[in-house]
Amino acid sequence: MNYTINHEDRKNTENQKILRVSVSQWLARSLLWLLPLTFLIVAFFFPLSKILLLTFNTSTLTPENLQITTYVLRFTFYQAALSTLLTLLLGLPSAVLFARYDFRGKSLLRALTAVPFMLPTVVVAASFNALLGQRGLINTISSFLFPLSPSTIHPSPFTLILLAHVFYNTTIIIRIVSTALSSLDPKMEQTARSLGADSLRVWWNVTLPLLRPSILAATLLVFLFDFTSFGVILLLGGSQFSTLEVEIYFQAVRQFNLPLAALLSIIQLVCTLIFSILYSYLVTRNSPQLAPRPTLLRKPKTLREKIFVTTFIFLLSSFFLLPLSSLPIRSLFRLEADRGQRAEVQYGFTTDYYEELFINRRGSVFYVPPFQAILNSITYASATVVLSLLLGFPAAFALAKPTSLEKILDPIIMLPLGSSAVMLGLGFIITYGKWLTSPLLVPFAHTLIALPFVIRTLQPAIASIPERLRQAASSLGASPFEVWKNIDFPILRRATLAAGTFAFTISLGEFGATLLISRPEYPTIPVAIERFLSQPGGLNYGQAMAMATILMALTVASILLIEKFRLPNSREF
Amino acid sequence: MKHLTLLLSSFLFLLASCAPQSPATLTIMTHDSFSVSEEVVKSFEQANNAKIIFLPSGDAGAVLNKAILTKDAPLADLLFGMDNTFLSRALEADIFESYNSPELKNISDEFQLDSSNRTLPVDYGDVCINYDKNYFSENNLVVPQSLEELTKPEYAGLLVVENPATSSTGLAFLMATVAHYGDSFTDYWRALKDNGVVVVDGWETAYFTNFSASSGRGPQPLVVSYASSPSAEVSPAGESLTASILGIDTCFRQIEFVGILKGTQHRALAEKFVDFMLSKQFQEDMPLQMFVYPVNPNAVLPDTFTRYAQTPSQSATLSPDEISANRDEWIRAWTEVVLK
Repeated sequence: MNYTINHEDRKNTENQKILRVSVSQWLARSLLWLLPLTFLIVAFFFPLSKILLLTFNTSTLTPENLQITTYVLRFTFYQAALSTLLTLLLGLPSAVLFARYDFRGKSLLRALTAVPFMLPTVVVAASFNALLGQRGLINTISSFLFPLSPSTIHPSPFTLILLAHVFYNTTIIIRIVSTALSSLDPKMEQTARSLGADSLRVWWNVTLPLLRPSILAATLLVFLFDFTSFGVILLLGGSQFSTLEVEIYFQAVRQFNLPLAALLSIIQLVCTLIFSILYSYLVTRNSPQLAPRPTLLRKPKTLREKIFVTTFIFLLSSFFLLPLSSLPIRSLFRLEADRGQRAEVQYGFTTDYYEELFINRRGSVFYVPPFQAILNSITYASATVVLSLLLGFPAAFALAKPTSLEKILDPIIMLPLGSSAVMLGLGFIITYGKWLTSPLLVPFAHTLIALPFVIRTLQPAIASIPERLRQAASSLGASPFEVWKNIDFPILRRATLAAGTFAFTISLGEFGATLLISRPEYPTIPVAIERFLSQPGGLNYGQAMAMATILMALTVASILLIEKFRLPNSREF
Repeated sequence: MKHLTLLLSSFLFLLASCAPQSPATLTIMTHDSFSVSEEVVKSFEQANNAKIIFLPSGDAGAVLNKAILTKDAPLADLLFGMDNTFLSRALEADIFESYNSPELKNISDEFQLDSSNRTLPVDYGDVCINYDKNYFSENNLVVPQSLEELTKPEYAGLLVVENPATSSTGLAFLMATVAHYGDSFTDYWRALKDNGVVVVDGWETAYFTNFSASSGRGPQPLVVSYASSPSAEVSPAGESLTASILGIDTCFRQIEFVGILKGTQHRALAEKFVDFMLSKQFQEDMPLQMFVYPVNPNAVLPDTFTRYAQTPSQSATLSPDEISANRDEWIRAWTEVVLK
């Protein structure tokens, strides 16, 4: 090397190089952000700011209103923190269970844990009642076993809220963390073990730190969901509790106090932003490198492992299976004899409710045949998967290698999760008016909610693609395609499946989307369930349970199907 | 290429010649519980060469809110579904055009709460307490007959009500107590609370999760529901499993209204649809679709209604103005007493 080269010259060329790179980089970045940002602006920021500007005024800042706000805010924080903690307690070990161990009925169990995520709250409340209510399964069994001590379990509304949040959100932890865990390079743990660390120390010092970004991502999503909880609080809270989201709904829809609703919405948004900034700060500090091949799944070997696996299979199955099983049971059995008649007792098994689904008994315009509802749900869900992956991939790519631009954008993409569905819905109406009736808008509304999930699932995976391996591969003569196929693709495939499943299930469950848009045509399964439950009568109730069972079966089937794509991959190794 | 142009122009010509006959579209914003027979809608569409679009837009409160927010660029031509508890709010916002339908002359004055005819009554129902017949006979308990009796110790923990802040059914029952007790309604609620009244968010939960006679098999044999609900709980042997308590002021009358939204481009058609909603055909279709009663006295009630749904002799009522002036205060006072 010639060190006598003119120092200034070298500096200049370097500067030019950096400049060139940054210009092309900037161009690439803008291209990546073009679609996702346009979408967020059109579907979120514009309508939301329009309604907030229209309704907010400083006159709402009265001591009385601020008192309501602090009171509600305190409860919102408290229940969200507690719920998230409980969800982590069940979710993290379960993620380990699914990522590391092989056991019978595993796919089914994992699919089951995802079912609550898309069940309408009314249905979840009904199934909880069937299990924990005064005349529910547990009390019936316990009074049968211990007839002398009629002590009935009677969980408080607050306990029910917490249980329901865990029931709904455990799947988020399982899906995100087990995806990351099964992508961890097993060599790291092996090395630690060969250096003499026992398995607990390996967990504490190696595995957990490596999982930090995904655990944080999952925790943030769960926390935001609990923080903006609406249906669960309303239905199970027995009217004593109010979160920000519930209070916004109450003020906007019932009290017509839009200025106060706007104030509360802004507070909820600011809180969301603070959590997201905190998250971005914590997570960008390190992201571990993942292996392109998954850890081998194995059967539990040591006693400790066996105890762990058995305990959690039991815990998960009883926690998820018992309440969920009440739906198919109630759709197929009359639980008690029709009373007031002596001769014929209508006990037991019946397919009436399913048969009735196919009949438009009242000749209503709003009747939807079950297959049509299924088809509508699947069509919307598929469109949501495509749309949210299309928008999520570029954003996740950009966020995975952050520049100063991404530092700002990173927390902002989480905001749709923290905005009040009611206010956003009103914003949609004043911004887009008659367009809102188009069924084409349904997948867009679903995508708005699914997008943060998709991005947060893809981003850690993309960030973890080991640059070293890629460089090594290409220096050994692998073509860019081969590099992509052997290194990027296996990691991305797993994350894409997880992200796609999120989008699919969010769309099937229609999270709050009914508040965002009105659509006279193409009702989905949740819409049909709500319609049955809005009228009295055993037949309506039975049909709602039958529809909910169909939704549940559809969910389990689609998740199992999606997992089929994953299986050939793990067999390869 | 030429072929294509020819084809296109002939197609356009066809379209143009069809245009005068293409049906006008009428949009009707409703609450989510709205329902009507396909047949009935079709008969209107055919008779008037129109296409009807229903726009279910949330519960009654949400629908009204949306209509008010979009009054400069209305989403629909008509709005159906605000009841007497929301009526003043709708009239204050001035979102309706007045229409003196010829059908109104048949309809009793007690339903015509809006003298300016901007909103026209369509149906009514009574919010009443339903009871589980079997529970009371099995436990040898006398069914309570008045609001006062509900505070007796033998009925402790047996009644489930909806939160008036989140449910229109709950609000109606609160108003029944206001109509009966006046300003001392809070004392009554305090007594109910001491007697273990259960409060839930809405009708669906109260009826399907808490009520013991519904398929939800809940713990409470008394629920705030509708006088028409027993007609849906009929056993195959033809006996209703529930009934309503029809005492003095135990029921509150809800009347639902329709109005032509200001700024409609189809005023004539909208008028026709209002007439149609008040006509015998539509009015006779409503009971089984929405479990409500027709305001048109010529409409014949379906069999199950005449047999199982009872009408109270004296429903509690309050004037829309009184409701509008005090609704928020009543709810606040109720919350203070019952929930805090």
